[in-house]
Amino acid sequence: MSAIRPRTLFDKIWDDHVVERLEDETCLLYIDRHLVHEVTSPQAFEGLRMSGRRVRAPQATIAVVDHNVPTSDRRQGIKEPESRLQVETLEENVAEFGVPFFPVLDPRQGIVHIIGPEQGISLPGMTIVCGDSHTSTHGALGALAFGIGTSEVEHVLATQTLLQKPAKNMLVEVNGTLPPGCTAKDVVLAIIGKIGTAGGNGHVIEYAGSVIRALDMAGRLTVCNMSIEGGARAGLIAPDQTTFDYIEGRPYAPKGEDFDRAVAYWKTLPSDPGAHYDTIVRLDGSEIAPMVTWGTSPEAVLPITGAVPDPAEVEDEATRAQMQRMLDYMGLTAGTKLTDIPVDVVFVGSCTNARIEDLRAAAAVARGRKVAANVRALIVPGSGLVKLQAEAEGLAQIFLDAGFEWREPGCSMCLAMNPDKLMPGQRCASTSNRNFEGRQGQGGRTHLVSPAMAAAAAVTGHLTDIRELV
Amino acid sequence: MQPFTELTAVAAPLPLANVDTDKIIPARFLKTIKRSGLGKSLFAGLRYDDQGGERPEFVLNQEPFRGAEILIAHENFGCGSSREHAPWALLDFGIRCVIAPSFADIFHGNCFKNGILPVVQPRSVCDQLMEDARLGANARITVDLGRQVIVRPSGEEIPFSIDPFRRHMLLHGLDEIGQTMQRTAAIDTYEAARMSAKPWMPTISA
Repeated sequence: MSAIRPRTLFDKIWDDHVVERLEDETCLLYIDRHLVHEVTSPQAFEGLRMSGRRVRAPQATIAVVDHNVPTSDRRQGIKEPESRLQVETLEENVAEFGVPFFPVLDPRQGIVHIIGPEQGISLPGMTIVCGDSHTSTHGALGALAFGIGTSEVEHVLATQTLLQKPAKNMLVEVNGTLPPGCTAKDVVLAIIGKIGTAGGNGHVIEYAGSVIRALDMAGRLTVCNMSIEGGARAGLIAPDQTTFDYIEGRPYAPKGEDFDRAVAYWKTLPSDPGAHYDTIVRLDGSEIAPMVTWGTSPEAVLPITGAVPDPAEVEDEATRAQMQRMLDYMGLTAGTKLTDIPVDVVFVGSCTNARIEDLRAAAAVARGRKVAANVRALIVPGSGLVKLQAEAEGLAQIFLDAGFEWREPGCSMCLAMNPDKLMPGQRCASTSNRNFEGRQGQGGRTHLVSPAMAAAAAVTGHLTDIRELV
Repeated sequence: MQPFTELTAVAAPLPLANVDTDKIIPARFLKTIKRSGLGKSLFAGLRYDDQGGERPEFVLNQEPFRGAEILIAHENFGCGSSREHAPWALLDFGIRCVIAPSFADIFHGNCFKNGILPVVQPRSVCDQLMEDARLGANARITVDLGRQVIVRPSGEEIPFSIDPFRRHMLLHGLDEIGQTMQRTAAIDTYEAARMSAKPWMPTISA
């Protein structure tokens, strides 16, 4: 049928999942994997219960608790009553509806977007959804993965499908070679700085180019994770040998002959030569520097060598007012060198940067150094398995020796839903994904950085150019 | 879902771009297992001071905007998280329609599931409607989904476009799940074909 037209990776996955084409381009789309967490699911299960519906495909569903869980010893349970209720509600719902579940004391528990790839649950060519905007993460495997609201969570639970219109295709190509000290986080922050937080609205982004190809899976997951910060519901990277090597042997990945058959299919997925993109953006990777955000939107980002921008230099009145509002909230003065900004807290964690590779990068900086006086620094592994591996590799000891806190897996200080949060006015160098007002706690101030840059800020006590430290 | 047909109401001007979902409803209010009751926490950071007192300068703390059912904002409204608590909070406060130059994709989709109509208009029109809104209680704006027009207090009509499928669902307050359940046979057929095309597809058990 449409196979003659050269198609993008997105087009191919889309076409392969259309159950039925309805009016005006709306399609009934089949969903291969549904990831569920405690915050956006209670009302969906309640909806099923009210209408007497069941979960259509529990074997395609996995539930985990991550947003609310404390990251200190969990054997005591959850003290905060509302958080506890949300976690207990999920426990009751998965039992009632027969949904596979990793409970909080299971070593496989972790942040939903860390454990999907880690377990081999998320695979190339799949449609993957979760009631969470950072579902875009899983696109790094060459899957179409996007966040949905709770009504859609209920729709997928009941029908294993969604009503969707196809998105536009955007190609973001990063060529050249990354300079030393630059990581996947700096790449994606640079992309968001270029396209803006609405740049990807209505699109899915396919990341390509030599810089993207050279990234390991952890780096690719970081890049796709922040697609939503560029406005795109999904980000994808064509599966290649790096992808296949990453998947092979993971607990829920296909095994033996099944794996070979799967790989044969996955190899058909990359975009065809001449496939059409509605929007194309190109960046020169060799010009990217370690990045840091200065404002309360991820697009408010600059190389660490820069200074806090001056609203007076902006012509548009509304933009100027918004920029001034950002500086007031962040407690920053125009012209201040970014490396002169002191931090109170450092957070290494979140679905963006809590994989073993991220912890290794932070540990390489922390090794033999000490966290600066008056700085609180947290390392929060993305899953119980990442935690165990980091302990086996000796990373945990490096962090502890340097004065970092070594914590249990969860969303932690990425969003203020558990005990890890900023106090009003506190300033944090954070490896998470959002610097919105109040995101890490009411009145908290966030500077988004890579794991290495976060560790550098921890040991110097201020935002630091990692290249001056190594 | 409550149908959306025609609404004549007070509109509140919120001249901010990139109003993110943490601004609409901060994460600390997401620890609910209900859809209702979030209206009091809508825009909490903008609406209340650190002691919980109202900030008098915030539009929804002023008359007649306390009773606003339409919200007018700038570009990229609803960016950030997928939390449906954002439209739930708007709805619980009483907002049934948001007019802005652009919306973030997930928020935009979530509105339709809750009987909220998001209307896209150019920035210049949004600014004009904000001026209308500032005239107060007598300057009510009408949003007519059937005719796809906004009616300014002056009587001038501004057309808007909307996806026909979503318009139909909103006008009749239809439940999407109920609609899709009628296509169960098609889903069964797809699943069977998928099983034979991708026999390697693993299943999950904990």
